[in-house]
Amino acid sequence: MAPAVELRGITKRYPGVVANNDVTFSVRRGTVHAIVGENGAGKSTLMKILYGVQRADEGNIWVEGTEVSLQSPSDAIDAGIGMVFQHFMLADNLTVLENVVLGAEKLHGIGDRARAEIKRISAEYSLDVNPDDLVAELGVGKRQRVEILKVLYRGAKILILDEPTAVLVPQEVEELFDNLRELKSEGLTVIFISHKLDEVLSVADSITVLRRGATVATVDPKSVTARQLAELMVGSELPSPSTEESTVTAHEVLAITNLTLGSSDGREILGDVTLTIHAGEILGIAGVEGNGQAELVEAIMGMREPSAGRIMLEDTDISDWHTREIREAGVGYIPEDRQRHALLLDAPLWENAMLGHQTQKPNVTGVWVNAAGAKAEAERIVAAYDVRTPSIFVTAHSLSGGNQQKLIVGREMSHTPRVLVAAHPTRGVDVGAQAAIWHHIKQARREGLGVLLISADLDELIGLSDTILVMLRGRLSGEFDPDVVTAEELGAAMTGAA
Amino acid sequence: MKAGLRRLGLAMAAPVLAVLVAFLVTSLILLLAGDPVVAVWTQLLTVPRPRLIVAIINGASVFYLSAIAVAIGFRMNLFNIGVDGQYRVAAFAAAVFAGQGWLPGLLNIFVSLLIAVVVGALWAGIAGWLKVSRGVSEVISTIMLNAIATGLVSFLLFKVADSTAGSNVTSTKLVPPSSRVPGFALIPGTPNRVYGFVLLAALVGVAYWVILNKTRFGYDLRATGRSETAAVASGVNVKRMVLTAMLLSGAAAGLVGMPLLFGQDFSYGTTFQPGLGFAGIAIALLGRNHPVGIAFGALLWSYLEQQSNGLQIKAGVSTELVFIIQGVIVLAVVIAYEVVRRAGLRMEQRNVARQLDSDQPGYTFTQGAPV
Amino acid sequence: MSTAGLKAGAEVVTGAVRRPSRLSPRQIALMAVVAVLLIAVLRVVTGARDLASSGALAAAIGLAVPIGLAGLGGLWSERAGVVNIGLEGMMILGTWGAAFFGYHYGPWVGLLGAAFCGMVGGAIHAVATVVFGVDHIVSGVAINIIGLGAAKYLAARTFTGTPGGGPTQSPALASLPTISIPGVSPGLATLEQKQIFFVSDLASILGAFVTNLSIVTVIALALVLLTWWVLWRTTFGLRLRSCGESPVAAETLGVNVYRYKFIAVLISGAMAGLGGGYLALVAANIYRDGQTGGRGFIGLAAMIFGNWRPGGLVGGAALFGYTDAVQLRGGGSTVHALLLLLAVLVIAIGLWQLLRRHRVIQGAVAIAAGAIVAGWFFVSDTVSDEFTGMTPYVATLLVLALSSQRLRMPAADGQPYRKGEAG
Repeated sequence: MAPAVELRGITKRYPGVVANNDVTFSVRRGTVHAIVGENGAGKSTLMKILYGVQRADEGNIWVEGTEVSLQSPSDAIDAGIGMVFQHFMLADNLTVLENVVLGAEKLHGIGDRARAEIKRISAEYSLDVNPDDLVAELGVGKRQRVEILKVLYRGAKILILDEPTAVLVPQEVEELFDNLRELKSEGLTVIFISHKLDEVLSVADSITVLRRGATVATVDPKSVTARQLAELMVGSELPSPSTEESTVTAHEVLAITNLTLGSSDGREILGDVTLTIHAGEILGIAGVEGNGQAELVEAIMGMREPSAGRIMLEDTDISDWHTREIREAGVGYIPEDRQRHALLLDAPLWENAMLGHQTQKPNVTGVWVNAAGAKAEAERIVAAYDVRTPSIFVTAHSLSGGNQQKLIVGREMSHTPRVLVAAHPTRGVDVGAQAAIWHHIKQARREGLGVLLISADLDELIGLSDTILVMLRGRLSGEFDPDVVTAEELGAAMTGAA
Repeated sequence: MKAGLRRLGLAMAAPVLAVLVAFLVTSLILLLAGDPVVAVWTQLLTVPRPRLIVAIINGASVFYLSAIAVAIGFRMNLFNIGVDGQYRVAAFAAAVFAGQGWLPGLLNIFVSLLIAVVVGALWAGIAGWLKVSRGVSEVISTIMLNAIATGLVSFLLFKVADSTAGSNVTSTKLVPPSSRVPGFALIPGTPNRVYGFVLLAALVGVAYWVILNKTRFGYDLRATGRSETAAVASGVNVKRMVLTAMLLSGAAAGLVGMPLLFGQDFSYGTTFQPGLGFAGIAIALLGRNHPVGIAFGALLWSYLEQQSNGLQIKAGVSTELVFIIQGVIVLAVVIAYEVVRRAGLRMEQRNVARQLDSDQPGYTFTQGAPV
Repeated sequence: MSTAGLKAGAEVVTGAVRRPSRLSPRQIALMAVVAVLLIAVLRVVTGARDLASSGALAAAIGLAVPIGLAGLGGLWSERAGVVNIGLEGMMILGTWGAAFFGYHYGPWVGLLGAAFCGMVGGAIHAVATVVFGVDHIVSGVAINIIGLGAAKYLAARTFTGTPGGGPTQSPALASLPTISIPGVSPGLATLEQKQIFFVSDLASILGAFVTNLSIVTVIALALVLLTWWVLWRTTFGLRLRSCGESPVAAETLGVNVYRYKFIAVLISGAMAGLGGGYLALVAANIYRDGQTGGRGFIGLAAMIFGNWRPGGLVGGAALFGYTDAVQLRGGGSTVHALLLLLAVLVIAIGLWQLLRRHRVIQGAVAIAAGAIVAGWFFVSDTVSDEFTGMTPYVATLLVLALSSQRLRMPAADGQPYRKGEAG
């Protein structure tokens, strides 16, 4: 029987980089096939080519034995391919029905017939989706199921899922995998992309490894271990975030007491959060995104006003302070979304090296910007933190994610902070830069820095933190010792299933 | 430095391209309408006589001030379409004060300038406050305020007017001779003088560049314009910034009418030059918010305007044709800038990637490109 | 309206999102009755007869049409995610088109010509924003300059030397038919004359709608209904709206986003042009330089006021048309009467802020402002011409200031879109 999907020699080039280099593999019908690789290995580009959003420069694709030319998503849909993107493609202000029928109005119209069909699919695959809900009102897990329904509605036989578990908690991941197994049993084929090796090993029937745009191997999960897979992915020793001797002191640098934050419609965003960070300590906060971590960070940084509670920076009460004052007082900040909060993409690198510290030496003297001082400082950071760039005059936009992040870390460290608030500091960063950033954070910890680490990467949390707290629905729901805690225990605290 | 030259070349390419496109489009329109193409361009492209050169410089100085006012807003992603209303309210207030002549000579001028600046700032401040406190788009609020300014100034003008016998122009009291700013004879061959306040325009331009590029405040302002979210995270109080930027923009707008008030008309009347606000927007776009670029843009605008005055007589074509030319230039230039910008970005990404690849043979980073 | 620029001051809608409450027919009817009651009371208290006379209301309807058409144009464009500030310029082109084609080929062709000329303006905007990705506001401003210049130039070119026309105005144009319902109209007119509390006001309102109603008004109303039906009940409309809510999502589903945006902006231009056509053919029967008077912008305000929905837009247009009519009829005393209404409303809002929402400062400010307006009312007899002229603009500002924060515009409105940004 012909494979559901076969790719041969797929190559895609962008200015300055080869995203896919002669990629070749095939996927059997009725299986779950995983594509793994680290960030930047070319997985997403490959999937975009398979879905018609991008065109390959070279290579061929066969679907169910027939060669196809995928020039646009409509072609892919016609070929029976459906894609569920990592960042959901849903219009918030439209209903589930409107989102599902968009582009496929010919199938069942846009009225009652469509509504009935959606209800039917939802029931058949246990997706629990209501067509007249407004998407803006739905949570993350449900939105993902709407995306899956969208694809099934169009008669997809081959589903592509791009990093589907990125925003899910271990329990939800199991539910998703149950759904996938059900789809498989109905004869559908699932291709899914991930860099989470343990998950891939538990659900996939076959795994293709990509590295630097090329296929390294296609393996049977039953005959390979996670570490072997990881080595295939990275090609060298994995960085292991192992902790060294404890450097935690008794001196408190950040003390948060009973921090409470409410929203305008009465919801509780943060409830009675109390935590303390000591000099030389990394305090990690685990939790599914959307449980208040981002708001906690914003409250500490003065970007949100808490309704109750106190934030002490050593012996100063900074609860009412503005962001600028807080940063000047020695709180470093690595924002979660560097492109939106930590960088001026169109500005030259040296102006970016000033950002967040544009009132501090050596960047300014009095009311004037000290351009010479700022540029010298930028050069120093670029050298010390190994930021790969031809000069400090290129715009931040042209740097890779890893190099951007290294610049940001270097910038924050350069003003000798007392506390560092780091939100997802190695998200979207290549392995080399990730290792470098971890190294710098640990180095600073040895010198007495206190770090608040928010992360969704459990390995990062377990490896770097001295203590791990879990946030659930705005409250702290657990405290763990990273040396003995397991992913299951954490996952339970993160979902409240404990 | 080769990169620098290339960047300059790119920066110049767009306006030049735009002017060419405007030339083509206008010619097309003229052909379709059956108007004499050659006569029009002959008139527009003749070297102006000295008298006209003076008029061009004078006009440009006024356009320059208007464009700087708009540019201050643009750097913050704010569209101050209300320069029109701001400068008229400000000029009126200044004219009334100056006309009274309570203060002697130079002091009179100085205080009047101050009044103009404050009134212009306050008028813009209304829109700024509405945006910051109520989220009202400054685009619509400034347009509404323009219309309200027209009505308000009319009303007040009739209340305080000095009805000069025999004239059908209502205006404020004349500024006393001791408070008038003399021009200087810059251009030989004509007794007409260039406004003394050309220097004011130049000063404002310098101040604009210095404040924006060399001060902490300027850094914050430009950062907010580039990325509001990043600016917030870096400690900028965005609401305060928006308000300040609108006030500054209005303050600069207030000065727009000053060369006319103290160098030519010496009073504010019903025939005080209107429409300078929209010209300022176009010129700021043309000059890409850069003080030197704006200077060139202002001269171009003034040149077109002055030369077009003769269109009706010399070529039998309505002088309003110049609006079409100006409008097409604006559109063409922003399109050109956009196209050039994207090409430049791609080029830079490619260069950076190429340079890094040559340093590090095995290292391919793929974060910059869409993977 | 937030553009792709700053969002300072716009409240972020977090957490549980309330679906914008749609008013039930009963609620609308109730509000209508209360409105008429308010007007009746005001009329009796202030003695301003022109407050709701059928003449004033007919004028209001007449002026609401161009504003409404412009707003409808804005709605089509913004629902597809393209901000259209150039409505004014497109409207101006429409006035010229109506006059030129109307003079040479009759009023119906004039109407079509108006729409066509507006669409040309729309095409320029579409090319700049959709094809080249230029900032929407900048393009709109350029269109306004071009539209103004082109209309003036063409007017001078085509109307000079015509009988009754000149470089800045066209010759008189033939009229389009109007509608009156026989039998009903005179009856309502007599009822109005009787000055009976509430009944007369109701009569004058109904009278305005059934007497001498221009056919273009009917067309405009039909277009509003058509817009609603197309955008919310057809495939085309769903796809168009998706381009304004999430063009990336639409692209992944095979929607040609560029095409829908382009079409939407063309339609937008045509609507604005039609509004201009109304001004030239119906309101004035002539083209005149500067005829549009900023109505393109007021139309945008009406659209925002209507929360980007056709029904709300009609309400907004009616409100602005009313204030515009009042000032045109030289209604110094009418505006004066409106001052009282304004004072009462502002004080009421102030009290509500104070008592229900516990916002002391805002409440106090509102009450103080209301007191000042009330003071103005009692101290003066009438409002001078210049201030009357300002009424629609001040009204727009007030409405925006009071309601900007509760509105929900299409999610991707104003953002330049580039294909291939999916994922």
